[in-house]
Amino acid sequence: MSTQELVDREVIERVLALSLSKGGEFAEVFVEDRHTSSAMLDQRRVEELSSGRDRGAGIRVVIGDTTGFAHTADLSEEGLRAAALAAAMVARRGEGGTITVSLNTLSTFDTTAREPLGTVDKSRKIEALLRADDIARSTGAEITQVMVGLGESSRRILVANSDGLFAADHQVRTRFNVQCVAMGDTGMQTGYRPIAGTAGFEILTDEAVTEAARGAASAAITKLAARPAPSGDLPVVLAGGSGGILFHEACGHGLEADAVLKQASVYAGKAGQKVASDLVTLVDDGTTTGEWGYLAMDDEGRPASRNVLIEDGVLTDYMWDFLSARREGRTSSGNGRRQSYQHLPMVRMTNTYLVEGSETPEEIIAQTPRGVYVAQLGGGQVNTATGDFVFGMTEAFLIEDGKITAPLRECNLIGNGPEILQRVDAVASDFSMTPGTCGKDGQQVPVGTGQATMRLSGVTIGGTAA
Amino acid sequence: MSDLLSIADGVLARATGDEHVEVYVSSGTDTDVQAYQGEIEKLTTASSAGIGIRVLVDGPGGARIGTAWAGSLDDDAIADALRDARDNVRFATEDEFLAFAAPDGVGAADLALLDDGVAGTGLDDKIALAIDLERQVRSADPRIRQVEAATYSDYVAHAAIVSTNGIRATYARSGSYLSVEAIASDESGDQTGWGLSVGRAPSQLNPDQAAADAVRRATRMLGAVKPASMRGVAVFDPRTTSTLLAIIGGALSGTSVVRGRSFFADRLGDDVAASTFTLVDDPTDDRHFGASTYDGEGLACRRNVLIENGKLRGFVYDTESARRAGTVSTGSASRGGIAGSPSASCRALQLAPGSLSQEEILRAVGNGVFVESLTGVHSGVNPISGDFSVGITGLMIRDGQLAEPIREVTVASTLQRMLLDIQHVGGDVEWLPGVAAGQTIAISDIALSGS
Repeated sequence: MSTQELVDREVIERVLALSLSKGGEFAEVFVEDRHTSSAMLDQRRVEELSSGRDRGAGIRVVIGDTTGFAHTADLSEEGLRAAALAAAMVARRGEGGTITVSLNTLSTFDTTAREPLGTVDKSRKIEALLRADDIARSTGAEITQVMVGLGESSRRILVANSDGLFAADHQVRTRFNVQCVAMGDTGMQTGYRPIAGTAGFEILTDEAVTEAARGAASAAITKLAARPAPSGDLPVVLAGGSGGILFHEACGHGLEADAVLKQASVYAGKAGQKVASDLVTLVDDGTTTGEWGYLAMDDEGRPASRNVLIEDGVLTDYMWDFLSARREGRTSSGNGRRQSYQHLPMVRMTNTYLVEGSETPEEIIAQTPRGVYVAQLGGGQVNTATGDFVFGMTEAFLIEDGKITAPLRECNLIGNGPEILQRVDAVASDFSMTPGTCGKDGQQVPVGTGQATMRLSGVTIGGTAA
Repeated sequence: MSDLLSIADGVLARATGDEHVEVYVSSGTDTDVQAYQGEIEKLTTASSAGIGIRVLVDGPGGARIGTAWAGSLDDDAIADALRDARDNVRFATEDEFLAFAAPDGVGAADLALLDDGVAGTGLDDKIALAIDLERQVRSADPRIRQVEAATYSDYVAHAAIVSTNGIRATYARSGSYLSVEAIASDESGDQTGWGLSVGRAPSQLNPDQAAADAVRRATRMLGAVKPASMRGVAVFDPRTTSTLLAIIGGALSGTSVVRGRSFFADRLGDDVAASTFTLVDDPTDDRHFGASTYDGEGLACRRNVLIENGKLRGFVYDTESARRAGTVSTGSASRGGIAGSPSASCRALQLAPGSLSQEEILRAVGNGVFVESLTGVHSGVNPISGDFSVGITGLMIRDGQLAEPIREVTVASTLQRMLLDIQHVGGDVEWLPGVAAGQTIAISDIALSGS
């Protein structure tokens, strides 16, 4: 079923009119029909083949700075009218009179996935899981456990609002994770590699699956020899692709306009000011086809765009959704996203990356007498008001005399966003992206992060060794 | 409630002779009010319902299970889910340990988890709670510069689980919350503090306490500095202890243990913690916000002793992990909503209280670090290797008193060592939302990374 057929145009126009009947200034209907499927291979057993479907609508009504919101799984006109009235409860200042809403011609976006969910035989999925398991185990006898997961989603969305906007998109995403456990004299260690894209099953080529399985297994085996990480301030070299999460946490969240407008970001009032080293040009870009954070349009019907946030160290702009932009009398930057129809949209990142520089990774490592080389970062967290952040090093090594030496046990890095931005002192040209899941106010959305190999002149390493 | 049962029974009636079927049906309502600058910023009212179906087919090498779910209770959505679950069975691997729960004769505790006050309180009163909370925080102290969000939220949830194995359970619960994040400011910069109050109904909430907590935590962090690296005693406040216990609880899950994915695997009977440490998972204690009558497979919840006087006594199991371990379910299956399959997990952890108050623990410790918030827990703790490294904010402890605030610092150890290094367990039990209640504890020999 296509998105357009989920709810008739005339029904939506009547529901929008009803939404404004209590005095609301703006109303929006967001319809979503999402199919998901997952498969898990654990110790060579295929378990948890699961399929699911979520379908419903979220309706919001805005009056002044107040938003009313209701959602329903009932897509009949009756169900939508009930949700519209519930959302309109915030607009109790009076009657809106007789209102008519007429929608523009539907703008339709579509997926570029060649093998979206529903078109691939389940036995092919099982083959990919088993293949990853085989490769991981053949990497080394130390591998005692392999878990492989596949998740696919096909999400059709339809956005209509009282300004006449009427737009539909079909978003297809595929994610494949390999996790390995290696056993050695010092206990167990884990390794992890994801493959993910805003695309279909076609991204799981033999080469990609092999690389992920080998990578996860090798990482776990390497960490068996890990020694405790140092404690204290050291230069840190982040491998290409792995460190984008640093910028996502250290400044991305603080550049989201909702935090900025509430003066709850350390970057509020800093537009036009130097906030980072000259080497930092930071971009949020929803238009990078196929990347995990790619969108043709955001969840408010706004086409995605490429937004330069920091250019040569100067803060150029924040990221905006419909409401924050409306408050400032400007247009959204295409960053209004929501986890599902059951959630209100808010300002979210898409693919956030540091633009590459000109050095080589080898030069940067050779120019670092002592420090830490981070091959993979785990998740992170930031307090946007203070700028303090942490993120986990899941694969890291010591750098001694300009060479990568011993592997280190897992630990967190900690720092302050505005300070760390000043400490970027080398950026290479080996750019790559990593998929991630970003959580904000309880909502999870897929995002991409990226950078080339780069160095920070000093970061606090939260290890236990002197 | 009877609607949910009849919907679930309707699915069971379609089971064919050679398949077993388990149906989980849930429905609920939510309210969420966020206040900002004296007005409603966001008001959400919603109801939702869904169904999760598992189909099990026995074969020569064991059982296979297929799963499907739908976010609505429409007839066509349910029919699609049953069809998809049956199709998914075909691709699963036969496994002798897979089974649905069977009634085990344990009776469910009589718990008062649903309070009519959530449905019985008018929306205007709920809105007023959020707006008053924001006003109270803003006016409490001139250094409070901003309230990023003051929120009232509540829910009522009903669920039914039935299976062709004879499982037949229904339950209902409600919850009501106030939370507020304050930003305090002075010439040294900004600091944040978070306050919270929890109940099963609005009347049980304590806005004064939530406001005071947020204000105190934000203002006393003003002027926080990065301390010098050191090794010493860390005192965790009840909230951060609750987070630590939830991590420990994750490693006590039979699902992790039978797969060798817990640092507690093969340690049963060993001294894994200090002798003052006794940890129990007791969902039948209705003071705990994790209390529940039934588990995610429809078995009665029960009290399980996990660590007693430092000795590892047991794990929590669902049906599958119990069969793998050669034992029986402890009534500890959890499922992450309609889309989740059951797995074993703790839901109402509590630590046997000691006799000391927080002040007495600080005095006994003398010098160290007081940990008020943890960050990066999901990235800095590995429940398989036990590696532990998280960011903290808090205060130094000097001469038995709380002293200057600190930030941008990590504490690190391993979970194994931390349990053995517990020096004091406080008597100040705080019933918090989430898996674990909290109280003050002191842990020695923690590495603090600062400047």
